[in-house]
Amino acid sequence: MSRIAQRFEQLMQSGRKALIPYLTAGDPDASFSVPLMHAMVEAGADILELGVPFSDPMAEGPVIQRAMERALEHHISLDEVIEMVRTFREHDATTPVLLMGYLNPIEVMGYEKFVNHAIDAGVDGVLLVDLPPEEADLLKKHATDRHLDTVFLVSPTTTDERIAAIADASGGFVYYVSLKGVTGAGNLDIEQVIDRVNQIKRHSDLPVGVGFGIKDAESAGRISAVADAVVVGSALVKLIEANQNSQADAIMAVKSLISSMRKEMDTISASSAA
Amino acid sequence: MAEVKKSPVDKAYNLPDERGHFGPYGGRFVSETLMAPIDELTQAFAEAMADPAFIAELDSELQHYVGRPSPLYFAQRWSEQIGGAKIYLKREDLNHTGAHKVNNTVGQALLAKRMGKKRVIAETGAGQHGVASATVAARFGMDCVVYMGEEDIQRQAINVFRMKLLGAEVVPVTAGSKTLKDALNEALRDWVTNVDDTFYIIGTVAGPHPYPAMVRDFQAIIGREAKAQIMEQEGRLPDALVACVGGGSNAIGLFYPFIDDADVAMYGVEAAGNGLETGEHAAPLCAGHPGVLHGNRTYLMEDKDGQIVPTHSISAGLDYPGVGPEHAWLKDSGRANYVAVTDDEAMQAFHTLTRIEGIIPALESSHALAYAEKLAAQMSPDQILIINLSGRGDKDIHTVAQIEGIEV
Repeated sequence: MSRIAQRFEQLMQSGRKALIPYLTAGDPDASFSVPLMHAMVEAGADILELGVPFSDPMAEGPVIQRAMERALEHHISLDEVIEMVRTFREHDATTPVLLMGYLNPIEVMGYEKFVNHAIDAGVDGVLLVDLPPEEADLLKKHATDRHLDTVFLVSPTTTDERIAAIADASGGFVYYVSLKGVTGAGNLDIEQVIDRVNQIKRHSDLPVGVGFGIKDAESAGRISAVADAVVVGSALVKLIEANQNSQADAIMAVKSLISSMRKEMDTISASSAA
Repeated sequence: MAEVKKSPVDKAYNLPDERGHFGPYGGRFVSETLMAPIDELTQAFAEAMADPAFIAELDSELQHYVGRPSPLYFAQRWSEQIGGAKIYLKREDLNHTGAHKVNNTVGQALLAKRMGKKRVIAETGAGQHGVASATVAARFGMDCVVYMGEEDIQRQAINVFRMKLLGAEVVPVTAGSKTLKDALNEALRDWVTNVDDTFYIIGTVAGPHPYPAMVRDFQAIIGREAKAQIMEQEGRLPDALVACVGGGSNAIGLFYPFIDDADVAMYGVEAAGNGLETGEHAAPLCAGHPGVLHGNRTYLMEDKDGQIVPTHSISAGLDYPGVGPEHAWLKDSGRANYVAVTDDEAMQAFHTLTRIEGIIPALESSHALAYAEKLAAQMSPDQILIINLSGRGDKDIHTVAQIEGIEV
């Protein structure tokens, strides 16, 4: 069983929901990333989503675009991102790490080499925004061989037939993009999210994570009531950006937001269990 | 005579496949939110092209609004001066708005109207596709938003004003390199946000399926006309076709109706900028590698980490790090040849055509002219070469003046 699957099983047994914070690797420079990852776990993160910088991040809102530009000023490559995970694993053998990004850096590295490098360094899954399952045969083949989870996205416009195919291609969990728009957008509709999460669950036994547009403890709590996992990206990246001159301040700000989300999510889990 | 490669295609050409692949190229590499709208678009496009009423409306617009057919002009003085092949120019510069771009925007706007979309968006580099999109939006009464890199807005102030006159909103893009590729990213972000009421008019044969095939089919009027015109004027097919390639829409428009004519050689001319060896160019087919960007797999200008690198060309319309996936396939299959000419060579050809034929060509088209001049010189006087003169050069006179240190 993959680390991601194990983590969801543990959470289910304890009646809690997964909190998945995102950070862009190498933002604002490489020295921030591994300490931030450990800090996120200390503050209550269950799974980490590590963004691979790309020059043309077409699904990102301005906050994550700027983070990727900061990272690319230091030429942070896919190789270096994988090395960050290897370093993280020296002190954390259990927290799953998911790489999130765009296909081209992997195309250039080669699918087989990517999967081998990633698994050997302790990466657990990969989510590529511009890779729908229809085009993912090659990645799936190598990922399946080495037990790297491939997480695919479901969106507000996904048809019922596609949901079934996406769930079938996914490993670890299914990621529901909660709004029509880019990361960090403000138009989150919780009622619609509830309907869609239930729809996905009719097609799949995999856990369902929800991301895009979750920015504070309140929205994290409300989403956690209906989903198995809550993904938080832009809200955290904004804090890193605001504290890019001080690693200690960035860590403090990030821990504070994650802790407040963790607390709200656990309160809601406890009340629904009671 | 010049080496003219024979077609390796042994059966009728029928690409892309139903999922938009040209061999390993093309496809659909977009975020999940866009999969449903591109499916909807694929279906609407197929239905429209099978509907005689739609075709009649498209033909009527092309004839009365765009001004088609465009002439196939025998450049006799220039041909005699070179002393090689007979050179014909397909005069896309004479279309309404001054370039081939409008063939596609008219088609996509009619499709948008048919699909009930009231808002169109477009990306633009030099502003030509933006102007062509704003033009048809005005013609059909649609809202139009054009994304344009901040750098390009500075460089192309007149086209920005033209789009505004036509009623379009021009949105500056400040992300990344602030040029065409970033404008495309921003247009995709708009589309993903406003997917219900918005039609994205992509200006070239790139993007996710069905765009490369759809834009090709709208531009193929160029090659169909040229084929009929050369048969009428010369009684036979040409020996070679030459067109410039940025994204590649004017080239595919000319090439496509000739793909099964194995004896017709095809040359796509990329922008070598300051020279391929300097790295400052926009020639992914000549000097790039396959990768995935903007919804399709194709040749790209990228670094060893898979990041897209900045491009350079004197011609803003060729200044793009990717190329249509069908060109990638035509290159690998050997059916078409891809070459590159430098800024300086293009500038020379710009002046040559202007002075010898009294036609001011776009700097984009000047790349095709520069290569054709070399090719024609190696061919014999009984051979025929057709160049796609994709646009007129009025838009470029400030650029040319600036480079040559002349105040206008």
